[in-house]
Formats: sequence, structure tokens, C-alpha cells
Amino acid sequence: MIRDITLGQYYSTESVIHRLDPRVKLVGTLCYIISLFLIKNPIGYLVAAIFLAMVIWLSRVPVKFMIRGLKAIVLLLLIAGFFNLFFTPGEPLWSWKALTITKEGIVTATTMVLRLMFLIMGSSVMTLTTTPNNLTDGMEKGLGFLKLIKVPVHEIAMMMSIALRFIPILLEETDKIMKAQIARGADFESKNLIKKAKALVPLLVPLFVSAFRRANDLALAMEARCYRGGEGRTKMKPLIYKKRDAAGYLVILLYLVVCIYIGRVIKL
Amino acid sequence: MKDILTTENLTFDYIRRDDEGNVEGITTAVDNVSLDVKEGEFIAILGANGSGKSTLAKHINAILYPTEGTVYVDGKDTSDDKNLWDVRQSAGMVFQNPDNQIIGQIVEEDVGFGPENLGVPTKEIWERVEESLKAVHMYEYRKKSPNRLSGGQKQRVSIAGVLAMHPKCIVLDEPTAMLDPSGRKEVIRAIRALNDVEKITVILITHYMEETIYADRIFVMDKGRIAMEGTPKEVFSKVEKLKRLRLDVPQVTLLAHELKKAGLPLSDGILTTEELICQLS
Amino acid sequence: MSIILDHVRYTYESGTTHRSDALKDISLKIDDGEFIGLIGHTGSGKSTLVQHLNGLLMPTSGSIYFDGKDISDSDYDKKELRRHVGLVFQYPEHQLFESDVFSDVVFGPRNMGLDKKAAELTAYKALESVGIPHDLFYVSPFDLSGGQKRRVAIAGVLAMNPDVLVLDEPTAGLDPAGRDEILSLIKKLHDEKKITVILVSHSMEDVANYVGRIIVMNDGMIFLDDTPKNVFAHYTELEDIGLSAPAVTYIMAALKKKGLNVDTGATTIDEALYSILGALRR
Repeated sequence: MIRDITLGQYYSTESVIHRLDPRVKLVGTLCYIISLFLIKNPIGYLVAAIFLAMVIWLSRVPVKFMIRGLKAIVLLLLIAGFFNLFFTPGEPLWSWKALTITKEGIVTATTMVLRLMFLIMGSSVMTLTTTPNNLTDGMEKGLGFLKLIKVPVHEIAMMMSIALRFIPILLEETDKIMKAQIARGADFESKNLIKKAKALVPLLVPLFVSAFRRANDLALAMEARCYRGGEGRTKMKPLIYKKRDAAGYLVILLYLVVCIYIGRVIKL
Repeated sequence: MKDILTTENLTFDYIRRDDEGNVEGITTAVDNVSLDVKEGEFIAILGANGSGKSTLAKHINAILYPTEGTVYVDGKDTSDDKNLWDVRQSAGMVFQNPDNQIIGQIVEEDVGFGPENLGVPTKEIWERVEESLKAVHMYEYRKKSPNRLSGGQKQRVSIAGVLAMHPKCIVLDEPTAMLDPSGRKEVIRAIRALNDVEKITVILITHYMEETIYADRIFVMDKGRIAMEGTPKEVFSKVEKLKRLRLDVPQVTLLAHELKKAGLPLSDGILTTEELICQLS
Repeated sequence: MSIILDHVRYTYESGTTHRSDALKDISLKIDDGEFIGLIGHTGSGKSTLVQHLNGLLMPTSGSIYFDGKDISDSDYDKKELRRHVGLVFQYPEHQLFESDVFSDVVFGPRNMGLDKKAAELTAYKALESVGIPHDLFYVSPFDLSGGQKRRVAIAGVLAMNPDVLVLDEPTAGLDPAGRDEILSLIKKLHDEKKITVILVSHSMEDVANYVGRIIVMNDGMIFLDDTPKNVFAHYTELEDIGLSAPAVTYIMAALKKKGLNVDTGATTIDEALYSILGALRR
């Protein structure tokens, strides 16, 4: 069912990774992404893959959940792979009409695809092991310094958290409204672009009406529960660094050093 | 017993405006309502769609303020700004749509939302979350995502969310309207337990007559006014009047009423099967 | 225009982890002019079932025949099927989108390929049959009351002149008088226009008062399929699957136990009344 989409969905289980402070995971994800752009050779990718595999194993999230995140970008992967494979100039290996596969093409296509896959899977680890609330808490606290320059950090974090909660609900609603309009003969599969845009009106109007109604209801419910912004609020799950978080930072640092070392020193 | 809620000549007007913002008309949603509720009571409010019962409910939580008249919650005037948070803390509110009032991504985080807003210390938040979830028998679901729960379970989480704020009174605005019969039963059972065990004042607004037979008193609203008031027995003995107000009576009551009309010597306002059988044999 | 379901199975597929059979081997026949109540608790498969009746969902295995033709055939016109089988979803007023009531109701018949005039005529008739007064025809649907919105939404499906009308919880959220109004409207449509009606409902009282046949679903299967009297006779089994019989059934059973010779098959207030009075007179 549509409720099961993984994008930004939390996978509930107990693991070291789940228990890590969200700030560690945020920094870790950021560092991992940076590392993907630092490494330039197969050994580097091997290290990145081992690191990722280790984290996934530690997180106890079934690998298929990680791979599911990739489904969304299959097309992107194919396009990136295709263009790099056929249109990278260099030493030709095989050629047919306008299409030429070069040695360089194979290398760039592979690195490109690997990079994207690692990037998506790396960020999935974060979203799958961190509740969105926890994640926004991490951002709120991690970016707390921005409050000094009048950025409403708490409000932004709250908005993100609410948006994440309502994504599955609104997706389900979209599905329902679509079905109801199809039952009244609406055609959402027309090839004609103008017709297609017109066909969306019976879907979008009710969807917006519903989203506004929900937003209104939610605002009332929050006020009724004494919500008045970040001021004077305490936390049920305050973020306090523990020993394992220090260890987490250390592992990230170590990984970065290894990546830089491989990138700089080993030449293939 | 102390009064937990008092309204004095409460009137509320919705002002309708046209596109330019000129006043088009005024709808009086609540019209000169005076009532009082004692601490620990179980009150039910019945009324057709548009009878003003939801508008009345929103006054108890200081979401709306009276156009005329006064509302006191636990002795505090709701129109006074400095009482706002006290009023909202003492009178919690549960709404109709279970999806639109759960803020947290995880059950326990949602229940903790209210206490967080009140500035309760972390350790106490956890205690409150635990006891509230246990009170509605949802403790074993504390780590679950609300999206995975049934409607009845979601409403029980919402009730726990209000309970965790330690209110004196809970207002429930048609909490069962979107549930199936078994969900309805579990929510009503939870509400009755709050009243019986935790001694919290309950104000239940509903369309389902069967849910009100355990109330201490029922108020029936019509066109913004209180049209009837009394114990369930008193209110449900007036079958014809309730039907005129677009309402109904429980099936047992209706059958007993018809039997009485056919000449059987039955008393008015029979509410349970046991009562009916007792009187028939 | 009968509908036949032959060993229909439907599996929800989502990713690799959650596979669940929403329908398991459903076989049934719905005849012309029937008034059927479809009951079952949330998740029993009843919503999935009704979405098969107009081809919104297609069976994973098994076949569905409408008027003798297999709707899974590649050349079968699903749009035509949807004209014959109208489906009113739960809270149908949430699907209103036009700037005025009349245009919203015209939407369906226009999609079915009717020309402007014919579509307007059928929309007009549909709005009249659900009792919407003329002065509300050009009002924004969002300005109507809850009960009126629901009628307009039902008219939006009726305007396609369906032979079969499926309604999913048409009375949800309405006050008691609103419930009665919608149900008697549906009964009128059934009696006067001879439309086959399938009413999906949680309320045993509603179902007992109106329908001639009840299909009880549980766990993706048909649990019972019989007249209301015979279905409610199984009230203990119904309780086991999270349902219950109308209050009257329980009263009659309790009276019988007390030694009063009443008809335990009575399911409506009227039947109970006659039966009790009769038993007492004897």
C-alpha cells in the first residue's frame, strides 16, 4: 500500500546506529557524501562500499529497504550510465554507428552510477534509522547557532517534521481522490498534454481543499495542546552526547582520513 | 462539588464576509447558553449537524471566545489572555479526525507533545507518557508509527496525549464519528474509564445515542440553544421531541417506546436490554 | 446486467516485504435489482471488493463478468463499465471540485461522452432525484451543509445513469436524521429506478432495515451470504469476527431465554414489536 513508501520513512528496530545522536548521523552522512567526491580510484570505492556495508549491517535494517530507495532513481541511474558510457571521449573499445564505448566511458559510467547509488543508500541509512522528529531535533540543535541571526530554526524544524508526517496521508488521499474521479469517468492517462493538465483539476482542487482542512485541524489541535512555539518548551528526548557518539565521530574521522589518504597517496 | 465549567449567557456569532471583506451576514452559532458542569461529571452533548455543539466545545478550550457572555473553566475567565494556557491545560480537547490531530511520528512522541509545550521536565514527561498510554491501554504500541494504527487506536493515542497534560476536564468533539463499531467501542470504553477511574470530568459530544446512556447528564442542542437537559432516562423518554430535533434514541428505548404506545405497561426512557426484559416479564 | 465474480483473488503488492491477500477466492453473483448490504470490519476486504466491481482494481487471479462479458479482456471498455456501475466512495463530498454544484454533477456524464445538452439534462434529473432545491444549483458546493454536499456527490454518480450503484458508508458522519434521509433516498432509487444497490455499511440497524441480502466479509473471504434474518441468526459468530447483530436481535434472544415465545429472527423494530405483542397476547 501507498503508506509503505520508504522515502523519509523510519524503520523501527533497536541498533547502535538507531541509538546514535542524530547530529552524529547528520555529520556522518555529510562526510560520507563528501568522501564520495574525494575518492578517485577502485580502492576508494571499495573502502566506501565496506564502510556503507558495515553501517547497514550495524543498523539491522534489511538491505531490501535500502535498495527500495534506489528504485526511485533507476531512471536517473540509467540515463547517467548511458550518457557517460557512450559519450565519453577516449580510447574506443567498441563502436556501432554513432555509439562508441570507450575505456574512459566505462570508468566514468561506473563511478557515476556507484557514486549515486552510495549517495542514496548512505542517506537512506540516516532516514531509516532516525525518526523524522529526532532528525529535526538534530537539525534544530545542530543549527541552533543560526537563531543568533534570526533564523526561526525551531519553526522550520517543526514544519519539516509535520510535512513528513503528512506525506503518506496525503499520498493515500491522492490515490483515493483519483480513484473516485476515475469512477466518474475521469481520464488521467491521456497523452495530450493540455488534456492531461485539464484532467488534473478534479484531482488537485479536492487535494488542496483537503490539505488546507487538515492543516487547519492540525493547527487547532496543536493550539489546544498548548503549543506556543519553541519558547519555554522542554524536550521529551533531549539530545545529549553519550560515549558512543564520541566513538561515532571518531569512526567518521577515521574513515575520512582513510579516504583522503587513498585519494592522495595511492595512484593507480 | 466544585464547578469545573460554567457558561453565563454564552453567545457566539460567526460573521460572514464577502470577497471585499464587507459584512454579509451574521450567524449566531451559540445563542445565550448558560450551563454548569461539576467536577467529575460525565456530560454528553447531543445535537444535529450545525446545532452549535462544536462551537460550544471550542469555547471550553479557549479556541473561540464568546461574542457575549462569559465562560469560566476551573474558575478562570477564558476571555482573559493571562488565563489562556491555564485554561487549555485544565480542559483538554480531542477532535473528530484521528489523522489530523496526531503530531508525532511515533506514538510516545505524540503523547509527549503536550507536556513538552507545558515545559514539564524531561524525566516527568516520560512518567506522564507511560501512565497516560497505560490508562488507555496503548502502552505496548508506544514505539509504533501512528499511520500503522487503527482509527480506534489513534483516537486512544489522542486521548493519552491530552491525559499527559494532566487536565481536569476532557472535551471530546465527536471522537467516534469516523470509526467503525469496534473502534467506537474501544474509544467509549477508554472514555468511561477516564471518568470512573481517573475521576476526570468528561464532556462527550456525539451523534451516537448509544454512547450517551452512561452519562450523568445530557444536554441537547438545537439552533445554538440548549433544547433539552436531564439524565439519559429523562431525555430519552421524549422520543418524539428528539426525532423533531433530527436525533434518535437507542434501539432498545425505541422498541420500549413503541411497545408502550401499543398499550404495554412500561416505564419511559428504558435504556438497556436488561431493563426492558425485567419490565416485560 | 448481472455481475459474477468467479474465484477472485487480489494481492496487494508493495515492495518485497508486505504482500497481503486482500481478497481470497471470492465467488458470488449479483442479480438485477438486488439490494445488498456488504458488511465487515475495517480491513476485511470489502473496500477492495467494491473497487473490483467497476474495474478500478483488477483481480490478481480469477474473473469478473459483467453482463456476461469478462472485464479482464483486453478489448473490454472499462469506461463503459464505469458508466454501468457507479461507485460512491466514503465521504464523497471530498471529491467535489467545480465552482458550482451543477457543473460538478455534469462532470461524470460529460466524461462518458454525452453532449452538453444531454449531460445537463441528466445532471438536472440527478440533482432533483437527490432532493437538492433549484436555488442551490449554481452555489459553490463548498458553501453547502454536510448533508447537502453528500447528496450532490451522490448525484454526481447518479447522473451517469448507472444500473448498479455501490455506496461505501454513505451515512458516515451524518446526524441521525441525515442518516435516515440518505438511506430512504437510496431505497427510493432502488424501488423507483430499479437500480441494483450495494450498500457497504458498519451499521447493522441500517442494513437490517433496508436490504434483502447481506454479504459478510472477513479476512478477505465471504463469511456469510444470506437474508438478514439468517445472517443475524449467527450473531455469536458475527461477534467472533468483530461484528454484531442489530440491538433487536439481542433483545429477542434474551426474551426467548426468559421463556417468552418470540420470533428470534426479527431484526427490525417493527418486526420485534409485532412478535412481542403477539407472544404476550397468547
